[in-house]
Amino acid sequence: MAEKERKTPKLDELEKGAWPSFVKEIKSAAGKNPMANDLLGQLERSYEEKIGHWKHGGIVGVLGYGGGVIGRYSDLPEEFPNVSHFHTMRINQPAGWFYTSDVLRKLCDIWEKHGSGLTNMHGSTGDMIFLGTRTDELEPIFSELTKLGFDLGGSGSDVRTPSCCCGKARCEWACYDTMALTYFLTMHYQDELHRPAFPYKWKFKMSGCPNDCVASVARADMSIIGTWRDDIQIDKSAVTEYAGKGMNIQRDVVGNCPAKCMEWDGTELKIDNKACVKCMHCINAMPKALSPGNDRGACILIGSKAPIVEGALLSSVLVPFIKLEPPYTELIDLIDRIHEVWSENGKNRERVGEFIQRVGMGNFLEAIEVEPVPEMVAHPRENPYVFYEEFFEDESEEQEESEEEK
Amino acid sequence: MAELVKVEEVADSMFTMIKDTMGQKKWKATDLTKAVLELYGDRCDKTLAKSAIRELIESGKCVYTYFGGSFIEIPHKEGAEN
Ligand code: HEM
Ligand code: HEM
Ligand code: SF4
Ligand code: SF4
Repeated sequence: MAEKERKTPKLDELEKGAWPSFVKEIKSAAGKNPMANDLLGQLERSYEEKIGHWKHGGIVGVLGYGGGVIGRYSDLPEEFPNVSHFHTMRINQPAGWFYTSDVLRKLCDIWEKHGSGLTNMHGSTGDMIFLGTRTDELEPIFSELTKLGFDLGGSGSDVRTPSCCCGKARCEWACYDTMALTYFLTMHYQDELHRPAFPYKWKFKMSGCPNDCVASVARADMSIIGTWRDDIQIDKSAVTEYAGKGMNIQRDVVGNCPAKCMEWDGTELKIDNKACVKCMHCINAMPKALSPGNDRGACILIGSKAPIVEGALLSSVLVPFIKLEPPYTELIDLIDRIHEVWSENGKNRERVGEFIQRVGMGNFLEAIEVEPVPEMVAHPRENPYVFYEEFFEDESEEQEESEEEK
Repeated sequence: MAELVKVEEVADSMFTMIKDTMGQKKWKATDLTKAVLELYGDRCDKTLAKSAIRELIESGKCVYTYFGGSFIEIPHKEGAEN
């Protein structure tokens, strides 16, 4: 080994067991990379002392961009000089995370030359995460990445790297082309992605159907989830085949339908589609027999976030159904109106979901010019307190009149 | 409609605001936009303010920084860097 071998008894514990171990990977990188070697040392020290030794940096980046680099420094630079700077870079991933092995090798070559060699493929933001480099390496890395056709992702108060499920590339349930929309939004919002101008972060996550494989309902300020509005397609002979092979359709499919809208009489499966809530359960249970309808599009939900400044929120329905096809004009108009209202009135570090809670859904809808609909209830038993002005105004007019009479 | 001011002039005004309040106020892109809209009235609009911010950043006179949210500041040595 090129580097001195470190004693890391605490970290070694994390190599035990049948699962992948980041310690094992860092050790393997430490054999040829001094940053990875000092990282092991600093981490072992933190485990001994139960104290984190990273400091946040707020300034590092590449010229012209306000996102994509997250500054980190060690507070033990004398002991671990090779990790005195340890900045993270977010690299915008291709939609659906499809790569050729050739491009993966080239990405790793760039990173081994200019950074720790350690990556996280992929981070929870969706980006490729390059972990650990020095300030003076940022521009050279950026220049090599752009030559290879890659760009930095988002960080800070900007549009974060949009991400999606593999959609139509590999999944028959996809109700719209998630990868096409992800690419489109990434290109359309380049300025907003690289030049932070919002109160706080803004995340788009695209799932092709309500299975929501990218968990957009919990992780995106705007969750765009595929759905359909006609009837679930039933292949009767395939239903018979499932029954013939011993599937307990009554118990496992019909019995678990949350809308209680399915019927099975032993030979025929019936669905009351008006009552179906598109939960995907029956389709997941009998993929050969059932599939989403043909009139496909997406439901747009707004406002989810993890707890940082305030508690966690799930997204709630904003547009129950929208056809999503290029050039996506209706969607872009809606997003721009939301960005405008939130940018103008949002407080620093206030996510759009918190903003809606503060100003009230009724006021928010009025500001973005969207009509309230019953589907907008965020969770059962919640009253969104939408006032219908036409009724409201009538009453106040009457009141004015009666006051005038006095 | 009144004639718009030049991008450079808006950028200079923004730079002065940032410089004069260094250490007292952190500016976000929207704060700068609101401030120049107030300063120039109908001689400035949001698109112009956006171009001015871009000019400030790409000339290297200012940089984006991140402290919880994103701000626009005059470059300085990072406190956390040793
Ligand atoms: C046959 C008579 C009644 C029926 C069928 C009925 C039915 C219901 C139902 C279905 C709910 C909603 C429960 C839930 O969502 O979990 C409810 C809630 C409620 N009912 Fe009744 N109700 C009746 C009589 C009354 C009477 C006589 C009163 C008051 C004098 C009343 C006051 C309320 C109140 C205050 C709630 C809200 C409770 C809460 O939010 O926790 N109900 N009722
Ligand atoms: C000062 C008096 C009252 C206050 C502060 C009050 C407050 C509330 C609140 C906070 C709710 C829950 C609303 C929601 O979750 O959307 C509620 C629901 C309800 N209240 Fe009252 N209430 C009052 C008087 C009454 C009276 C006098 C009645 C009936 C005679 C009544 C019947 C109900 C019913 C039936 C509900 C359930 C409505 C629904 O689920 O949609 N309340 N009330
Ligand atoms: S979210 Fe739906 S469409 Fe996307 S991969 Fe998962 S199951 Fe398929
Ligand atoms: S999708 Fe869900 S709600 Fe709809 S019929 Fe199937 S199980 Fe029931």
